[in-house]
Amino acid sequence: MYTFSNKLKTFSFILMILGALGVGYGFMTSHKSLDEVKAMLEAEAAEHGGGHGEETMAHVVAGDEVHSDNAHEVDTHGALEDLHKTEEHNDVQEADSMVVAETQVLDSTEVAHAEETSHDVAEVHDTIQESEEFSGFGATDINLAKEHHGDEHAEHVQHQIANRPWSALYVAAFFFMMIALGVLAFYAIQIASQAGWSPVLFRVMEGITAYVLPGALIVLLIAVASGTIGHYNLFIWMDPEVVEHDKLIQGKSSFLNLPWFIIRGLIFIAGWGLYRHFARKFSIAQDTAEDRSNFKKGFRISAAFLVFFIYTESMMSWDWIMSVDPHWFSTLFGWYVFASMFVSGITVIALITIYLKSRNYLEFVNENHLHDVAKYMFAFSIFWTYLWFSQFMLIWYSNIPEEVTYFVTRFQDYQLPFLGMVALNFIFPILMLMNADYKRIPWFVVMTGLVILFGHYIDIFNMIMPATVGDRWFIGIPEISSVMLFAGLFIFIVFTALTKAPLLAKGNPFAKESKEFHY
Amino acid sequence: MEASKVIHAIYTDDDVLMSAVKKVKAERYHIEEIYTPFPVHGLDKAMGLAPTRIAITSFMYGCIGLIVAILMMNFIMIEDWPQDIGGKPSFSYLQNMPAFVPIMFELTVFFAAHLMVITFYLRSRMWPFKNAENPDPRTTDDHFLMEITVNDNEAELAALLKDTGAVEVNLIDKAH
Repeated sequence: MYTFSNKLKTFSFILMILGALGVGYGFMTSHKSLDEVKAMLEAEAAEHGGGHGEETMAHVVAGDEVHSDNAHEVDTHGALEDLHKTEEHNDVQEADSMVVAETQVLDSTEVAHAEETSHDVAEVHDTIQESEEFSGFGATDINLAKEHHGDEHAEHVQHQIANRPWSALYVAAFFFMMIALGVLAFYAIQIASQAGWSPVLFRVMEGITAYVLPGALIVLLIAVASGTIGHYNLFIWMDPEVVEHDKLIQGKSSFLNLPWFIIRGLIFIAGWGLYRHFARKFSIAQDTAEDRSNFKKGFRISAAFLVFFIYTESMMSWDWIMSVDPHWFSTLFGWYVFASMFVSGITVIALITIYLKSRNYLEFVNENHLHDVAKYMFAFSIFWTYLWFSQFMLIWYSNIPEEVTYFVTRFQDYQLPFLGMVALNFIFPILMLMNADYKRIPWFVVMTGLVILFGHYIDIFNMIMPATVGDRWFIGIPEISSVMLFAGLFIFIVFTALTKAPLLAKGNPFAKESKEFHY
Repeated sequence: MEASKVIHAIYTDDDVLMSAVKKVKAERYHIEEIYTPFPVHGLDKAMGLAPTRIAITSFMYGCIGLIVAILMMNFIMIEDWPQDIGGKPSFSYLQNMPAFVPIMFELTVFFAAHLMVITFYLRSRMWPFKNAENPDPRTTDDHFLMEITVNDNEAELAALLKDTGAVEVNLIDKAH
């Protein structure tokens, strides 16, 4: 039996308390008045050499930047189209490549068309600020006061600043929930496929999946609270004002409405929670059972759960992540989120196994098991990259305006995290974990695992943040504190669950094979 | 041509063979070769063979393939004739890279796989019309053969091999 060391318990409490303080600080500092925001914007504009109040020459260099020729087509979304007709601006400037068109932009806030490839911060920054008008929130803003573009812009930025602590909390909550859910899927696959190597790790996996139920409820709670307590800080489709003026969201409102969102979420969570509860129950009952009936029951519900999981996981990713960008959709998104959760889950299995092994709690786990887990980390890092690239490349290649805006905002405002996560989640693990010998060295797997986890946090960050805070992102106190808060909670719940049962599932028919497993 | 003598010990079970190998190694005799009809897991370890380096060669071949793909696409699509094909940006390699990734991937795999296989053939001396080096045709079906060089100690060696469960022990003159 595992005993939760006091040190670790204290550590988890410290994380939770510091995290909670930081989250509170984030919420307290995110309420800015309109005047404060205006003053801030003016200061920024001065710093960047102006550009807001003056007439600007926009150089539209189509094709000069990968996505550039589409950035200004963001507003070809059906709903926005008619609004923009009133403004005398040419929506589609399809300049041939190599042709430099100099356009005199009448209204300075339409400089969204200006596409600068240069990495000059000031220039990019200006471009970005304007292009926000066309991202998700644009719809409301345009409808507010067209004459007062200054106010409109400031209100928009004000909203983004207010969104930041919500998004930070949501990203961290989702990240830890997804680790536990990924482990649950991995666990079910191991049982359903009757794997011979993994039964010695079942109790570790069961410990991690203890976080699924509370973690998923917290995610749903934050999502709902952002639309009821908060001012629609995560999901703009929850805002009736936005939906009223947005034909695209109106068309989706039979799916995207708050009651149905909550019901769906509860169905997903109930299914996952029930499977986890019974799989754990049967696994523990099998330890002392005379026959194999509990194992058989566990096998059957695992197979059934996997069917349920792949449907609900996909829908969960539409609901909880994709709907932050309600104008955008992608068909392989569910798989993409799944790959991210699966590889993070397996990495956490490796980390906790190595930790428990180093404390001498798992004498039946040897380096061959570690090797297998590390192989999964390696393989699913590549699988994640495959899906990431497939989603990116298909959209980049066809360049359809209504799809490509998703990557345009990420390329412009999130260049470092967006491309950095490919290095963290692909290049790093593929080079580190390719060698068979390295996969058997605990500290090596730990170091790589930490990089992979960080990379997948950035992945979730990249999914949520561009839609909610836009270019007002930073990894600062709200983000780090949120991670600490949920990391503490995760550690506390997981290690408490580990103390509840022996660490070897000895009743499993494959337990002996697994103990003697070697590669 | 100097003729040297070898002993061929024939076994009919891979488990017996494994324990025989361990015993012969413990007695510090040099095993020349072992012929088996199928891979026997752990035999290379028991014989003390050095691990293969073919995976390392494969990694290097893959890197070569990647470089070939990059240089080729960069020359053809960017440097030699940078046409506008459907609005794809052909100003620099990086700008158009996503379109080249499928080719980069496939060529990496192609080089890694094929050159590794060819390396394997060369290193294990396998090619069409090569004369089979099979001391006993039964070793391709259900017998295992261990070949040990003899240095005027055939009597004790034969006794040892008999002891390890060999069904046949033959002294062979082998032309080198």
